[in-house]
Amino acid sequence: MSGPVLFTLGWRFLLMAFLAIGGANAVVPEMHRQVVEVERWMSDADFVALFAIASAAPGPNVLIVTLIGWQVAGVAGALVATAAMIGPTSVLTYGIFHAWSRFRDVPWSRPVQNGLVNVTIGLVATSGYLLARGADTGPVTAAITAVTALVSYRTRLNPLWAFGVAAAIGAAGLA
Amino acid sequence: MPPDDEGAAMAPSRLDLFLGFTRVAAFAFGGVLPWARFVVVERRRWLSSEEFTDILAMSQLLPGPNIVNMAVAIGARFRGPTGSLAAVAGLLVLPVAVVLMLASLYGRFAELPAVQGALGAMAAAAAGLVLAMAAKIAEPVLRARFRVAAPFVVATFVAVAVFRLPLWPVIAVVAPLSVLASLRRR
Repeated sequence: MSGPVLFTLGWRFLLMAFLAIGGANAVVPEMHRQVVEVERWMSDADFVALFAIASAAPGPNVLIVTLIGWQVAGVAGALVATAAMIGPTSVLTYGIFHAWSRFRDVPWSRPVQNGLVNVTIGLVATSGYLLARGADTGPVTAAITAVTALVSYRTRLNPLWAFGVAAAIGAAGLA
Repeated sequence: MPPDDEGAAMAPSRLDLFLGFTRVAAFAFGGVLPWARFVVVERRRWLSSEEFTDILAMSQLLPGPNIVNMAVAIGARFRGPTGSLAAVAGLLVLPVAVVLMLASLYGRFAELPAVQGALGAMAAAAAGLVLAMAAKIAEPVLRARFRVAAPFVVATFVAVAVFRLPLWPVIAVVAPLSVLASLRRR
């Protein structure tokens, strides 16, 4: 039953991994486009809820991929999506670091990084914009996004506080 | 010296790598990289600060999740391919188990209004954290080189957020131009 779905899932995340310059959050817009808009595997609200769970759980950002896989095809889907997202790029990384000592001080590495970070900023901003658009269903949720963004930008407070306060407001039916 | 110091300059075993990265993952809420630095450089002293920065820079250049790339590189450095496997497994086994547990709880209780409300509000907070992250990466870059950075930041945002273009053509066009601009400025 889920054979073709697993294959599609794995293939899509494998390709996406190679576009993840600057981390998993940079490909959230592409995940959203493929999962919600192209494949219609889940609604916008589901996507945003899964992102919230992945962010509130301990571990790297890439866990959103695990949860998308789980939502689409259960535990097998979770494992396939995660492996596809990290496996092939890890092999590439291994190969590059194997030759790493010889390339250590290449003079162009700084400007190349400077160039790529511009794209990363644009993509992470897009992730925030799409997630906010999906999550901010009224004035209270919009205020939660704004206050969380401001506090997190200005202070070094552990983000768990934001999740705790938000969960309390939401569970009380205020959002 | 802290009492739980693991001792400097000893090449970590595969088990050390697994446990070290489990520890990195277990306390990583929001940003994992500051924690990784604390564990790898300050607590376990597997790498010097400069070595960490070198590996981080390369991990960010390469495709794939940055922290996973770092785990691969650090594992490889001490124990070859199986060291990489041990480090990546340490990074992911516990978090994947926890997140799947949370997700199946969500699946079971998603109908409850309190759960829906809580998760909706947490999603709003998560969006805020990502926006703050974008601002934190953007600030030093825009301060240092606004004119060569801003056009490419905006172009990427407009292409992906507004026009919802697929990612690969956007990267294929914007990334080389952006790199070229920063090479010429140098």
